[in-house]
Amino acid sequence: MKSSLKLALGLTSAITASTAASNVAHAEDLTLCWAAWDPANALVELSKDFTKETGIGMKFEFVPWTNYADRFLNELNSHGKLCDLIIGDSQWIGGAAENGHYVKLNDFFDKEKISMDDFVPATVVGYSEWPKNTPNYWALPAMGDVVGWTYRKDWFSKPELQKEFKEKYGWDLGPPTTFDQLKQVAEFFQKREIDGKTVYGASIYTERGSEGITMGAMDVLYSYGFQYENPKKPYEMEGFVNSDKSVKGLEFYKALYDCCTPPGASNSYMGEGVDAFKSGQVAMHMNFAFTWPGLQKDENVGGDKIGYFVNPKGPDGDQFAQLGGQGISVVSYSDKQESALKYIKWFANKDVQAKWWSLGGYSCLNAVVKDPTFPASQPYAQTFLDSMAIVKDFWAEPSYAPLLQASQKRFHDYVVAGQGSAKDALDGLVKDWTQVFQDDGKM
Amino acid sequence: MLNRTAENVARATPEPLARKVRGISDKGLAWLFISPTILLLLAINIFPLFWAIYLSFTNYRANRPNEVVKNLGFANYQRILGDKDIWIAMQTTAHFVFWTILLQTLIGFTLAWLIDRKFRGHAFWTTLILVPMMLSPAVVGNFWRFLYEPQIGLFAYAISFFTRIPPTDIQMLSNVSLAPWSIIIVDTWMWTPYVMLICLAGLRSIPEYIYEAAEVDRASNWRQFWSITLPMALPFIMLAVLFRGIENFKMFDMVNLLTGGGPGSTTEVASITLKRQAFESWRTGYSSAFAIILFVAVFGLANIYVKALNKVKQR
Repeated sequence: MKSSLKLALGLTSAITASTAASNVAHAEDLTLCWAAWDPANALVELSKDFTKETGIGMKFEFVPWTNYADRFLNELNSHGKLCDLIIGDSQWIGGAAENGHYVKLNDFFDKEKISMDDFVPATVVGYSEWPKNTPNYWALPAMGDVVGWTYRKDWFSKPELQKEFKEKYGWDLGPPTTFDQLKQVAEFFQKREIDGKTVYGASIYTERGSEGITMGAMDVLYSYGFQYENPKKPYEMEGFVNSDKSVKGLEFYKALYDCCTPPGASNSYMGEGVDAFKSGQVAMHMNFAFTWPGLQKDENVGGDKIGYFVNPKGPDGDQFAQLGGQGISVVSYSDKQESALKYIKWFANKDVQAKWWSLGGYSCLNAVVKDPTFPASQPYAQTFLDSMAIVKDFWAEPSYAPLLQASQKRFHDYVVAGQGSAKDALDGLVKDWTQVFQDDGKM
Repeated sequence: MLNRTAENVARATPEPLARKVRGISDKGLAWLFISPTILLLLAINIFPLFWAIYLSFTNYRANRPNEVVKNLGFANYQRILGDKDIWIAMQTTAHFVFWTILLQTLIGFTLAWLIDRKFRGHAFWTTLILVPMMLSPAVVGNFWRFLYEPQIGLFAYAISFFTRIPPTDIQMLSNVSLAPWSIIIVDTWMWTPYVMLICLAGLRSIPEYIYEAAEVDRASNWRQFWSITLPMALPFIMLAVLFRGIENFKMFDMVNLLTGGGPGSTTEVASITLKRQAFESWRTGYSSAFAIILFVAVFGLANIYVKALNKVKQR
């Protein structure tokens, strides 16, 4: 009886001890929140090195893009402890900073000798700073991204098409450098029979629900001369948002949608664009650069069949591209901020950043992207670099959500539904945005 | 028998519990039993309603918990009632409710009338007709989206087969004129069986002797339909209209899955606008006011309708 009691006590202690040990190990695990997409898989792979080095386990919470903002903004607003680290969208930075969701990283950067001068300037402004253009850092640039274009190199190089195109438009069929050229190329391919299949000109962003059509239209509007506000007087939008140049830009986007997109592409964003290109439906495809590694590897349309080009120039020669991408932040409600900061320190390391690029992530570290071997490291590397040099981003104000919803509605109503004129849409947008800033007490 | 059961229960009740319960009156015991339900109802229904009413008078935003909440009086209500986009959304909702109810009632009643004939295999056909109603709206929305696809969708090919219009030109979800009808078609396909069931119950409740008496009086089939079938089934039809009306007034899932409110705002019904204001623009106070307006509208209309229904039943 005594020996059985001893055995039972021994077993109980052993079980308790092992449970406690495993609890200690789990207590150190960090949870990183991000969107469910290809770069997230690369980050999982990369983070294994962090666990090896520090013994800190990594868990991941990835949410599809369509629910990404809803899910994680809810989490932050409710002061949830799910995420220790978050790779939040660039537009969230204002709200996250002002509402205290992110830990301010200035002291940490100073202590660890992490300099923002070591990162691509546009990514620092876009992903880390709030207020913009001030040295207040809330994130480390993590995933550089920008809207650019892919095209079917194999179709463009068909001699019979080249000949026909030259005769029709008077210039050699190739990646367009202006939006007028882009439309000509798109018109040329629209409903053309290639290899026994009907193909279409271009896939562009038209999605209504989240941010799609705004990202696409802005990608064109910037180069036509659109400005968010008077550079000399913040929040003064009349004559800037709805300038004649902006109106022309929006008219162009609608014309491109009407003439040259595949049938039914009225709610198309990143995933639908990739599908259209991969299935051989379109000659050109507007999308964020993160899609390029996957397309490059694709058996049907990748390899030698795909080419990349920077967002074309507008009528006055201006050339800009819509910024994508995100920075990585420490969530201020996390109980494991120290470990989370260790991850940021590790992630800022040059070797880690080089491996990040090699795995399919887009590093923002100058030492990686300015390395002489970088442009030749991938067929799309140079286009990525050139695109990152001309980026502009949407409002990153705390009220970015209503600002975005207003542009989604105005653009979709005009471009896809054909209601009203471009001038009406942009005048309406000025009215909506003014209301938002008035509600915020900023006007 | 009942007394014996009560005695058995009393005997089986543990002594300490029996002593505690002894002092409680019947009324007290009734309250004791219903109190968990009432508490639950208060917590998940009544409290949120009053909280939403409170928020509707403020500028509260759920994404800015640290901001000072200001009392705006009726400003949110005034802004909503003067907002052109809100009225467009209400018109879209009314258009959607009207056509779905009209089609579902007409088709549902016709189907019920046919099924009521009790032909050979009618049980099989009844079950088959009920299938769409048994599916999840999420599934229905997703597969109809594929059916409507202009390049690969069966719907476009079927229409093309009969009309000779190229399938790629049949853009049900992208075309401003067709998109509202694409939702009406799907909703009608899915919920007509429900209306049919209620109408069938109504038709089966009509006593056979009334028709026999009509036969004796040499009333024609048409006369029997107008004077017996329709008036006696009318309360059931009106009930089906009430249920579908309330359901479709707050329709969200199907619209969200099929068009997301697009193209543009063509199919943006009130519930989609409400969701956008509440969970995308985070205007919690404003959207609470809109929710209250919708609630009052549905409640008011339903009340008027129920009174009309009662009058029909009393006839």
